[in-house]
Amino acid sequence: MANTKMPMAKALNESLRKALETDPKVLIMGEDVGKLGGVFRITDGLQKDFGEDRVIDTPLAESGIVGTAIGMALRGYRPVVEIQFDGFVFPAYDQIVTQLAKMHARALGKVKLPVVVRIPYGGGIGAVEHHSESPEALFAHVAGLKCVSPSNASDAYWMMQQAIACDDPVIFFEPKRRYWDKGEVDTEAIPGPLHRAVVAREGTDLTLAAYGPMVKTCLEAAAAAEEEGRSLEVLDLRSMSPVDFDAIQASVEKTRRLVVVHEAPVFLGTGSEIAARITERCFYHLEAPVLRVGGFHAPYPPARLEDEYLPNLDRVLDAVDRALAY
Amino acid sequence: MTVESTAARSKPRRSSGKRTTTSGARKRSQSAARPELVQLLTPEGERVEHPDYSLDLTPDELRGLYRDMVLTRRFDAEATALQRQGELGLWASLLGQEAAQIGSGRALRDDDYVFPTYREHGVAWCRGVDPTNLLGMFRGVNNGGWDPNSNNFHLYTIVIGSQALHATGYAMGVAKDGADSAVIAYFGDGASSQGDVAEAFTFSAVYNAPVVFFCQNNQWAISEPTERQSRVPIYQRAAGFGFPGVRVDGNDVLAVLAVTRAALERARAGEGPTLVEAFTYRMGAHTTSDDPTRYRKDAEREEWEAKDPILRLRTYLEKEGLIDADWLAGLDQESDALALRVREAIRTMPDPDTMAIFENVYADGHALVDEERAQFAEYLASFADEEGR
Repeated sequence: MANTKMPMAKALNESLRKALETDPKVLIMGEDVGKLGGVFRITDGLQKDFGEDRVIDTPLAESGIVGTAIGMALRGYRPVVEIQFDGFVFPAYDQIVTQLAKMHARALGKVKLPVVVRIPYGGGIGAVEHHSESPEALFAHVAGLKCVSPSNASDAYWMMQQAIACDDPVIFFEPKRRYWDKGEVDTEAIPGPLHRAVVAREGTDLTLAAYGPMVKTCLEAAAAAEEEGRSLEVLDLRSMSPVDFDAIQASVEKTRRLVVVHEAPVFLGTGSEIAARITERCFYHLEAPVLRVGGFHAPYPPARLEDEYLPNLDRVLDAVDRALAY
Repeated sequence: MTVESTAARSKPRRSSGKRTTTSGARKRSQSAARPELVQLLTPEGERVEHPDYSLDLTPDELRGLYRDMVLTRRFDAEATALQRQGELGLWASLLGQEAAQIGSGRALRDDDYVFPTYREHGVAWCRGVDPTNLLGMFRGVNNGGWDPNSNNFHLYTIVIGSQALHATGYAMGVAKDGADSAVIAYFGDGASSQGDVAEAFTFSAVYNAPVVFFCQNNQWAISEPTERQSRVPIYQRAAGFGFPGVRVDGNDVLAVLAVTRAALERARAGEGPTLVEAFTYRMGAHTTSDDPTRYRKDAEREEWEAKDPILRLRTYLEKEGLIDADWLAGLDQESDALALRVREAIRTMPDPDTMAIFENVYADGHALVDEERAQFAEYLASFADEEGR
């Protein structure tokens, strides 16, 4: 099974399976991760094969899940924690921000916290309230945490491997609406660094920077723009903390225009930070202000409105038009 | 003498040495403040029996407990003085809680693991943590400052109750490893209202984790009395989670030792968690920033002074002829030496290097930290250039 086509959900499952196989200290913890295999079946079959001691169904208490995972990590384990949905992470937010993120520094480096917190995030699946949010900026803002989000099956497989191997806490944002998108996964490949952005499509006129679910949207936008004679570069950022500003800078120095796209609200979002830093780094290269496409400063809307709320091909191209008009 | 030379850190002996009490010298407690309170030594220094908890200590062990409490109190008083002198930004005094901390701390084995709040100076003493290490965070030179694994004593936790979950997870790991160590989580009456403590009770119960929850009910959460936290005695909450709870006289070092030891043994035997409520009193302010005269009466403090944990053991030891004036004078000298050592250590404790801001933020590094470190170093260096010009 060196090179296989599989959905992202299966790639994550295979990656977790490999981690459980290769490192006896790896544990999976979360609500319904055992017999059910998780509500998205990411942990399907793992408890059956690795036992209840390593794939642990937890009480329904997110702070408890992350807090006990911290204790497990202090004992030498490498817990991979599942938060069932984005909107349910907040009971654990205190443990993540005040404890998990800071403990390595507080101990002057004497303890490590290799905890992965998996969060299925983002909209587009017609879910009820609290099941479609994109809270990544709230975590990327916190020193001590690393935040990543794969956009395709291969990255899902390899970035999970790397997140589990990382000695720092990693918040792993899984784009739930892309769980069922298939892609080639080469389980014997040599992956690039976890926090490095990759050019998903080369172009010359403008850079679209995105991560997670919006990479596919941006690739579609670039394909549509090509028909109009515009060459858009799509940068898959993959990591929101740290952000690969060098890669964005290199791309912007070539294309001179940048649009950042994410589902999360634009106000103080990842795109805001990228806009600020790229303006500092590329001031004399930019032909237009860095534009952002994302959610509004409003609660995530009910499902019947999410197609309008979420950045789509037209909203991305609208921003492209505005950037190119300068 | 320094804490490093303290011998009593090892597993307490259970059946060796000369016994200091005879059954004839004991009688059932008549003076327990509450019927459910476990007590082995009355406030008057009288040794009493309890049907569920027995304790036989050698004279050395008894004197050791007294010495631990006296030195801890002396260290604590010195730290309060150092705050008043401007050497520390803040101090959280343990005054009045010495028996709760020494009794429980001396019940631990070396391989047990402690998750403290920010007031467990007596427990830290029992674990062999250098007292001067405790002062770093209160002076503002670090946010922790010791290696938790050196003494199996985790960092002080300031967010109330968070560590109860860390202790539970650690205990789950201990059980998974097949070890027979136990874990103890300290917290207070105020923390008993925190969701994290309730979640720790739930997790520890359903996974049968080898953890002891040691609640020092010192009657006050800053200005709020325990009645503001709970309508039932705190130890009774354990029943609802499916494990035993016990209230012990937290100013009785012997009872605390016996009760904690039993709870730890229960954890080691795979019987799961226990909640120990040590009924004690915060004799001082919450911290050096607090003013208890705004919310509690002197009379209450005076009432508790009569139950002082150190005084009652001294009365007992003197009555039994186990200590004399020479021994006490020696301990006084040792206390003064400790205070002097702490005072000198704090006054010479250097401020951290500015660039320590960027140290240990991540174990595996982070590009943004590297970038900001370099920028800030360059900024600082720009002043050096001007000065050099």
